[in-house]
Amino acid sequence: MNTLLLEFYVVALGILLLLTEAFVERPNKSYLSYLGAAGLAVILLLSFLPQIAPPDGTVSAAFVTSDILSVFFIRFLLLATIVFLLMTPAFQPVLERYLPAERPGGGLGEFSILPVFVCAGLMWMVSSVDFIMIFVALELATITLYVMTSYLRQNNICLEAGTKFLILGALSTGFFVYGVTWIFGITGTTNILALPDAVSQLPVSSIYGLLFGVALILVSLSFKIGAFPFQFWVPDVYQGAPTPVTAYLSVASKAAGFVVLLRFLVELETIPLIAHKLYTLVTLLAALTLIFGNFAAIPQTNMKRLLGYSSVAHAGYLLMGMASLGSLLAIPAIGFYFAAYLAMTLLSFVVLMVVAEASGGEEISRFNGLSQRSPLLAGAMLLAMASLAGIPFTAGFIGKLLIFEVALKEGHFGLVILGCVTVAAGFYYYFKVIRAMYWQQPADGAPIQVTVTIRLLIVVLGAAILGLGIYPGPILAALR
Amino acid sequence: MSPLLLLILFPLVASFLVMAGANARRTSLGAAFLNLIVSIVLFVRYDLHSGGWQFVSEWHVLPKLGINLILGADGLTLTMLLLSTLVTCSALWIAPKIDKHEGLYYICLLLISAGVIGAFSSIDILFLYSFHELALIPTFLLIGIWGSGDRQAVAWKATIYLGAGSFVLLIGLLALYLSLPSEIRTMDLRQLDQIAAAGILHFDARIYLVLLVGFGTLVSLFPFHSWAPPAYACAPAPAAMLHAGVLKKFGLYGLIRIALPLFPEAMQQLNGLLMLMLIGNILYIGYVTVAQKRLDWTIGYSSVMHMGYIFLGLASLNIIGVNGAALLMFAHGLSVAIAFALCGEIRRRTGTLDYAELGGLAKVMPTLGLLFGFAAMASVGLPGFANFAGEVLVFFGATYYGPAMIIPIVAGVWGVVVSAIYMLRAYRSVFWGPITSRWESLTDISQSARWSIILLLLPLMIAGFYPQLILKMVGTALPR
Repeated sequence: MNTLLLEFYVVALGILLLLTEAFVERPNKSYLSYLGAAGLAVILLLSFLPQIAPPDGTVSAAFVTSDILSVFFIRFLLLATIVFLLMTPAFQPVLERYLPAERPGGGLGEFSILPVFVCAGLMWMVSSVDFIMIFVALELATITLYVMTSYLRQNNICLEAGTKFLILGALSTGFFVYGVTWIFGITGTTNILALPDAVSQLPVSSIYGLLFGVALILVSLSFKIGAFPFQFWVPDVYQGAPTPVTAYLSVASKAAGFVVLLRFLVELETIPLIAHKLYTLVTLLAALTLIFGNFAAIPQTNMKRLLGYSSVAHAGYLLMGMASLGSLLAIPAIGFYFAAYLAMTLLSFVVLMVVAEASGGEEISRFNGLSQRSPLLAGAMLLAMASLAGIPFTAGFIGKLLIFEVALKEGHFGLVILGCVTVAAGFYYYFKVIRAMYWQQPADGAPIQVTVTIRLLIVVLGAAILGLGIYPGPILAALR
Repeated sequence: MSPLLLLILFPLVASFLVMAGANARRTSLGAAFLNLIVSIVLFVRYDLHSGGWQFVSEWHVLPKLGINLILGADGLTLTMLLLSTLVTCSALWIAPKIDKHEGLYYICLLLISAGVIGAFSSIDILFLYSFHELALIPTFLLIGIWGSGDRQAVAWKATIYLGAGSFVLLIGLLALYLSLPSEIRTMDLRQLDQIAAAGILHFDARIYLVLLVGFGTLVSLFPFHSWAPPAYACAPAPAAMLHAGVLKKFGLYGLIRIALPLFPEAMQQLNGLLMLMLIGNILYIGYVTVAQKRLDWTIGYSSVMHMGYIFLGLASLNIIGVNGAALLMFAHGLSVAIAFALCGEIRRRTGTLDYAELGGLAKVMPTLGLLFGFAAMASVGLPGFANFAGEVLVFFGATYYGPAMIIPIVAGVWGVVVSAIYMLRAYRSVFWGPITSRWESLTDISQSARWSIILLLLPLMIAGFYPQLILKMVGTALPR
């Protein structure tokens, strides 16, 4: 099984779901979510069959790879999409409220089908090694995401978020293409793996043109991963987008951006002429992202915005790992951080979705007294916040530990000290949520009903946080 | 099954049972008593003749990174475990009837207890650290939900201080780990001790400084102490007992375990700094204590002040001083727990601890007054209590250090006078003098609470009359 085939299956599954939706007349569309999740689960299992790389010299070998990194992140994306699909049935009431009422059930089905296509695009992205291919995959994923972000057509905040995302996304894609043009113009290749060889043939004078191209691509990817100073769209879009889409944006789409950045940096690090400059740039990016994300999160009162800034903050820790690629452990550390990030972020969004629906808003104050309304939801959120803050015996702690360890190994003392300060800031804003849930009295003491699927999701994600926090071995083994 | 693992598991299992709906008080007390019995058995069964680590068991978590859960105990560990289980038992026993979230209250106390027991019995420094962090969220909840006074602000301050302090500590431990040559990198204390004993490696003094700040923050070493007095004053009595009595000793334990054997030169080199800080603890905090106008704040500050004496023992860098420090850790843990327990009892009856409002309480609660007298005398260091033996040894040890110690010793002796001033003053203003009519109907301490105090008082006096019992145990842990 090679990765290209897996992506093909995902697209086929998407088309199949579209056809099913067209021909099956059922007003309740949640069956599509379960069907999609089951299909993706099968594909996830298929990914565990032995990987056969495409033979050298073929067209597909020039475009995609089936290395450890791509397989790991393909599984990661499949999992994130499955969680998304399992979240959607509980989100249906919100969709129904904000979609045009003339055609009951219209537009509900696509909400569970589009993510399958996004997933295919992102899977392509993480396994591509060629800029052209990455661009095509990026377009497939982001255009679908534009649609999903502005899905609640009759909600102005959602439309505003969609517009912002569209304009800035298009801008960043523009940067990407422009950067690729410069790199292609100078080196004559669009293949990332071929870059070091191509650069070694170049005269020293052309290095500035190359650096310009590299910088443009960095800018574009910084948009995608939400790194400072290109993070300004993150809180607005996160706040406006439908909650499951926000969760998906902050986990899956960010991960794919990071993998492209990772591949790009790994190859460029081998070019002595630009490695040093790049290294300084990434370190700076990491430091600024850490400071901005963590300190801007402190005054937030809206839970989604808080999680938006927190996702910027986590991009900072991940960039700290990116700045330490000299260490062999850096890539496993980054991969592990993402696995932890998936579990804790998705868990917090699942709880947020249920609480927001039950209490009619997304402010942190809506979480007041949650421990009395639903001990399960409060406990799950407590665990997610503890893990995001980096408390031992949770996945988030091991993630931070590994990142700090590689950063220290690479001599980033300044970054590590900064990391300590920002972790302390993180304690403050994550504990703000815990305070609301446990210290405050609820405005409305009615217990919150939780569906079986959501219960299952909470238990599985919670177990993953604790499991990875106590026994991180398997994930790290998968990345060696 | 390793007996040390049982010690950690009993409270954890009990907290799960409480979560599942078992009777909170009975389940927790059951676990605490089982723990007390196990720790007494271990204390007695420890083979003093052969010394060293006993009851060792290992579980591999991430062998490639050198992360393993290794539990083991020597005399010092067992002394600290005995202290932990004694104080846990007494704290749970004396806990008043809780109206709000009774289950959560006991779960929090049990988690603190499990964490601190795990921290003391871990031989692996990463787990030593991780277990300690288990207390962070429970402390936040305990102070925030059931605290008194300005509880919310205080809970914030303590949590952020402790969270940031422990990340500094984590960085120090990581730096220590990474400063070892890669072929002998280990987190195992036994191997670290061997490396230290071989004397081939010289660790960077800067790492010691980071560890001193990290551990120091947890022990409320001047000037990183300001979180402690308000936290103790506002916390519910059982939480204050566990925190001031046991959890705080973790930082000292870490310094004895890690800094003393690994950084002898650095400690020598930077001893001036440590002396300066401990004089700050003894004199500055001593005078601040005198100025307090409430009983809980007096005891909170006095517990910070007495840390100075333990640091004096460590700073003397010889076997007598460190032995004295270890004995004092045990003694102070018991005496401060008694003081906070009684403080809580008084507050529950009067609703205030302000000296201006209290007075003459010994007339209506003679037993409580007597017990408080014991605690006050122990804290001042009257012969017959283990505190006296500890302080005498600390002063002897410091004298052996040489003329450089003259100022800390003078400060320390003067500090004894200062502590007598504030303790006697506190005793006078609460228990003696004319009683106002408001308090005439108050009842004395209940029979069961009386026993829970005696549970702590008895070992304090036994160790006071026969300090050799503790000294020969802690002696097994110290480098020659």
